Amino acid sequence: MYLYDEFDRILVKERVSEFRDQVARRLSGELTEDEFKPLRLMNGVYLQLHAYMLRTAIPYGTLSSAQLRMLAHVARRYDRGYGHFTTRQNIQYHWIKLEELPDAMADLASVGMHGMQTSGNCVRNITTDQWAGVAPDEIEDPRIWAELVRQHVTLHPEFSFLPRKFKIAVGASSHDRAALAIHDLALRLHRNGAGETGFEVMVGGGLGRTPFLAKTIKPFLHKRDVLSYVEAVLRTYNSFGRRDNIYKARIKILVHELGAEAFAKEVEAEWQSTKDGALALDPAVLAEIAARFTYPDYLKLEDSPSALARARRADRGFDGWMGNSVANHKVPGYAIVTISLKPEGGTPGDATAEQMDAIADLADRYSFGEIRVGHEQNLVLPHVAQRDLPELYRALDAIGLAIANVGLITDIISCPGLDYCSLANARSIPIAQEITRRFSKPDLARNLGRLHINISGCINACGHHHVGHIGILGVEKNGEEFYQITLGGKADENAQLGALIGPAVPYVQVADVIEDIAAAYIELRARPDELFIDTVKRTGVEPFRERVYATR
Amino acid sequence: MPLVKAGKIVEDQYVRVEDDAPLPDGVPVLLTAARFLADARDLTERDAPVGVIWPNDRRIAEVAPWIDRLALIALAFPKFKDGRAYSQARLLRERYGFRGELRATGEVLRDQFQFLLRSGFDAFEVKKPADAAVFAEAAARFSVFYQPSADGRLPALRRRLQSVAQDAPVTV
Repeated sequence: MYLYDEFDRILVKERVSEFRDQVARRLSGELTEDEFKPLRLMNGVYLQLHAYMLRTAIPYGTLSSAQLRMLAHVARRYDRGYGHFTTRQNIQYHWIKLEELPDAMADLASVGMHGMQTSGNCVRNITTDQWAGVAPDEIEDPRIWAELVRQHVTLHPEFSFLPRKFKIAVGASSHDRAALAIHDLALRLHRNGAGETGFEVMVGGGLGRTPFLAKTIKPFLHKRDVLSYVEAVLRTYNSFGRRDNIYKARIKILVHELGAEAFAKEVEAEWQSTKDGALALDPAVLAEIAARFTYPDYLKLEDSPSALARARRADRGFDGWMGNSVANHKVPGYAIVTISLKPEGGTPGDATAEQMDAIADLADRYSFGEIRVGHEQNLVLPHVAQRDLPELYRALDAIGLAIANVGLITDIISCPGLDYCSLANARSIPIAQEITRRFSKPDLARNLGRLHINISGCINACGHHHVGHIGILGVEKNGEEFYQITLGGKADENAQLGALIGPAVPYVQVADVIEDIAAAYIELRARPDELFIDTVKRTGVEPFRERVYATR
Repeated sequence: MPLVKAGKIVEDQYVRVEDDAPLPDGVPVLLTAARFLADARDLTERDAPVGVIWPNDRRIAEVAPWIDRLALIALAFPKFKDGRAYSQARLLRERYGFRGELRATGEVLRDQFQFLLRSGFDAFEVKKPADAAVFAEAAARFSVFYQPSADGRLPALRRRLQSVAQDAPVTV
């Protein structure tokens, strides 16, 4: 956990008081909606179809149990009793009243939380691997760097009015769980030939109507230079990014139009003037931040205790859950547990206040009071003793949260879509719900193996459909909802954009099409353990296209 | 549009001169970048102060050679959301060492004051009189900052280290 100090707390409180004043000016009419808009956006407040929406930052997806309880309180007190975890490790409340927003924010501030920079044309919440600090394959904890960058860009005087939003992700593992390639700026910690750790810097990734994967502009950046280099990228973008067309304003377009090499040169020239100045990282500053990340006092426990194997043999439900939702921890005797928020017929990523409270209690009992949020819209208990797993399973099962579908076809990533969002062209949530019903039999989903479905209700791609193994994009045709289907996308270290399989299909056919694709995969796969994504890679989309459109 | 300097509403001493208008003698003038650059050497030798209005889509490095002889540089915020001039301001102050008046013009609202101050502006053509009236209060909205910038204030990262040093136990 990162412990806020007095400086962090003062800043959040001052921000709440500023926002209270802005809301008062809006309510009195002193501010027009046009003037208020950029101000509220910078505090995570959107105006949606039915109400204001508040997006609250969960920096790098790490929460304490006290913070999760506060999120539950806000859901209960100011919203309709639930919240929605997003693909950027944030939480959204969709039914907040404008006049109550400052109070909701003050409540959040009491546990160091806020909506700062979760929206607007500024540097957004910094995301990272939800397993940061516990993943066996990471070279160091990326959250320390995410926190350093978070602080640096918070209320940054120069970069609060960028051409468009700016998303940064930090990764430190060989397996990329942070979707680095689809970020405006990605920092990947790795070791160079000399054994030093530093960053590969990638820029210009992003989805939306013009998807691009990020390009490497600096293969190895020394750690001391991370802030000066990030500033150089931001300054170059702030100065030269397009502002004439909102759809061409992201950094990906600037990088594409200039070419990655020319962009890198521009950044390099800027950086040479600043790299040895005030932003050169003082090891004492970094040590101070690192010291405020606390780690649990792990016990010395037996790894894979024999009682666990016995429990698996004795209880089929536990065995299935453990095989699906439990991952290896870097400390022997511990495990990482994912709590799926994708029940059959549910809204992906939604959690009720009661569920949040219950998970906070379980975190206190079994995970040193810590919870993580992943970009797949699930929650994680990051430090569970393996010997406690059977007990934890029973506790989760009792509240309907032992859902063993992590990484399977029903673990769908979805944006809120037309049910909430004023930008959407089509509904997303009912599509996700119908698919989870079609594949609700555990054996059916398990037989299909790892398979990620991503759904976006419009071209803005909040559901990351371009990088779903199966991507579903809602479009509008003559006032009706249609859906384009792509196959073969992925957001990991071998990131790739999916390929379109054919003409868009109407709303009522989407779940049938997904069933056809799943059936085609079963027939096409070379072996039972050839993953869906590998089959698509081997065969291309053609055989899937044939299957889907043969009868349509 | 009230002009705010050092936290107070003041009278603007500068006369804005159109590109084709004659230059008045003996009074401070504010010129467009095009007019200034066309005749920079002569203009900077006149006996009254000269200022330039620099557009936000032109590289600020172009004005750098004249910085010592310019009394005022006005940067533009054509829209509240257009933040290019923040970068120009920091470059002027931090890289090129401009010490004259740095003025924010255009859509300048109270919610920018602190960002503007921190980027190095010290004069503000404020769009709404109500905002100008509460300048001091709005400018003091935040007392904690995370990043070093043109205003020279110590960022939280540094202040933390100092407070750690101060809090260190003292042996008597």
